[in-house]
Amino acid sequence: MSNYSKLTPEQFQAIGQELDAIRNEVTADLGERDANYIRTLVKRQRQLEVGGRVMMMIPPTWPLGVIALSASKILDNMEIGHNIMHGQYDFMGDKAYSSQTFDWDSADTAKNWKQTHNYEHHTFTNIIGKDHDATGYGILRTSDAQPWEPRFLFNAPLNLLLATFFQHFVAVQNLHLEEVLIYKTKTKAQLKEEFKPVWKKMKKQLVKDYVLFPLLAGPFAPLVFVGNVAANLARNYWAHIVIFNGHFPEEVEQFPESVLENESRGHWYVRQLLGSANFSGGKLMHIMSGNLSFQIEHHLFPDLPAHRYAEISPRVKAICEKYGLPYNTGPFVKQALSTWKRILRLSLPSRTAKVNLAAASAANDAQEPLATAA
Amino acid sequence: MISTATSNTVLKTGLRRVLGSRLVANLATPHGVDHYLEQFNPTWSLHEVRAAVTAVRHDTADSVTLTLRPNGNWQGFKAGQFVRLSVQIDGVRRTRCYSPANSVHAADGQIELTAKAHAAGFVSKYLHDMVRPGMVVTLSQADGSFALPDQRPGRVLLISGGSGITPVMSMLRTLCDEGHQGRITFLHYSNAARDVIYAAELAQIAARYPNVELLRAYASADQGGELSGRFSREQLLKAVPDYADAQAFLCGPPGMMKAVQEVWAEDGIADRLHLEHFTAAPIVAAAGDAGGEVRFVKSERLATNNGATLLDQAEAAGLRPESGCRMGICKTCTCRKVSGQVRDVRTGALSTGGDEEIQICVSVPVGTVTLDL
Repeated sequence: MSNYSKLTPEQFQAIGQELDAIRNEVTADLGERDANYIRTLVKRQRQLEVGGRVMMMIPPTWPLGVIALSASKILDNMEIGHNIMHGQYDFMGDKAYSSQTFDWDSADTAKNWKQTHNYEHHTFTNIIGKDHDATGYGILRTSDAQPWEPRFLFNAPLNLLLATFFQHFVAVQNLHLEEVLIYKTKTKAQLKEEFKPVWKKMKKQLVKDYVLFPLLAGPFAPLVFVGNVAANLARNYWAHIVIFNGHFPEEVEQFPESVLENESRGHWYVRQLLGSANFSGGKLMHIMSGNLSFQIEHHLFPDLPAHRYAEISPRVKAICEKYGLPYNTGPFVKQALSTWKRILRLSLPSRTAKVNLAAASAANDAQEPLATAA
Repeated sequence: MISTATSNTVLKTGLRRVLGSRLVANLATPHGVDHYLEQFNPTWSLHEVRAAVTAVRHDTADSVTLTLRPNGNWQGFKAGQFVRLSVQIDGVRRTRCYSPANSVHAADGQIELTAKAHAAGFVSKYLHDMVRPGMVVTLSQADGSFALPDQRPGRVLLISGGSGITPVMSMLRTLCDEGHQGRITFLHYSNAARDVIYAAELAQIAARYPNVELLRAYASADQGGELSGRFSREQLLKAVPDYADAQAFLCGPPGMMKAVQEVWAEDGIADRLHLEHFTAAPIVAAAGDAGGEVRFVKSERLATNNGATLLDQAEAAGLRPESGCRMGICKTCTCRKVSGQVRDVRTGALSTGGDEEIQICVSVPVGTVTLDL
């Protein structure tokens, strides 16, 4: 039985109020500390980026340059871009840190990201059919509720492919390629139209990293080209593993669309709790993962500054204990292995037929989620 | 000396050309060139006007006068215009309007802003207490139609009250620098002599320029002003009998401005009176209008209309729309209304129900309103 259906309506309501209280407390306290945090981080990222790009042009410092630019791209995408675009720093009233205007060093357009991620993924977290992330970005089989297809035999290699070109897959995620290529529910003309703004951004990123900066290096152009490939790869693999750790360890729950009927704030909170997983680590690990090591706290409060998650996590944990809910966390490697186990397991048809999305929806029982625990 | 200055300018223009080029823009994508320039010097920017504070002075107990050195993006101002000044207070960027008080001909290119720290004045209090030389602030380009006309009028009457002195001070200094030949009357209202910002300089100017007449009006006669008490037609007739011949420029608290406006209107010479509101008139919305919802489209939020201004309601809903003066003059908060009708709290005028730009700080929704926020 799922943890979701163990709770009474009163308990859902109480959890909602207790989590709201945490949220209000942090919101009331927002100020200089948060502004200074993000400003300092942006400063460091800028130093790493400029330093990295320069060092890459000088053969002896090339390895340092690759490390610096990789770190810069990771910071830019995770702790800075992802979090600013969530509106975590909108309170500052500064355009440079505003969710309305910020853009990141990624092939994905800020507009598409905010649609698929901020709106769809964060509102409909782990609801099969509504959260495109939950069904493997249209590429993988990441849920028992996804009917098995022969292409999922390649789940593991496809996951590697997804990780390798993560920024580009994320960039086209909003286009739902699978609807054109596999299910034929979308026309090529439609796809072409939607791809235009994406290609505009992709092109800019490609020209910058693979044409302009190499040319600037003159005779060392190949070095810079390879260095930029390495930095983009490092960011892609890292972002992929962090994000997968947040939602695909085996114990994380997924839900049928029916849970959305009359979903209260308390229900929404509990769904976020059960649909996310943390991983442990030191301060550097938290910063480099954009504090998505606190994926649970992030999903409860996506628009609170992420550096606050560590501070509120003991209180979230206490609420979980109080209501007998799991607080899914573990070492980074353990969570990563668990996600790969799921990917591998799901490359074959699911053995237990208990998870059938259609059946769950037909039952129309808002209290019955899809338990994916094996 | 001259050649150094020239080569400096050439260097600066050259650097600006390079930094503003498409190549550099493509290298700096997606963050933009300014994002990186900041790293080297907080006042460097290709587009934004930023200024370093070079001096902080307290002429009176509750006022602060800042001298600012703007970067190369500053395009100058007309005497009387205002700028929007942004500072970060407790992590939050705040914007307010201030009128430069210096002459437009100031040789050093610096800007002088004076603020009076009101008890409830959040930003002015910060400027008064916290700003130190070396700090960097963000400015807008100069704005506002309250300004000396390019064709300078001969006879000029400058009327101000309290900290409304700043734009007319700029006009006075500018005219003096230009060797203005016509008569200038500087009529200033203040509670007490010790509250007058620029008191010493005003006295100096009056002594130096025979065509400048200084009339200080204090609350009571024993303060030693040329006049005393509030503005009235009788007082004006006695002190400035030829006021109808002058182009008059007025800036002060709402009560005083209203009294002056009435005299000019009664005389049928309202076209000779130019004015700038600088303090917020109390905003009261009729309770009967509160109904329906306020829909914020971009941020996907919804609030029950409580009759407050749209800016207040947006902020109460957790949004942080850009805003400045909060009284309808600076246009910072201008945003697109998708649908619904609003009432202008200053005039009571009702808007159309359609798609248009409105200033949310002075608009209260009449029924359901949808904003592109």
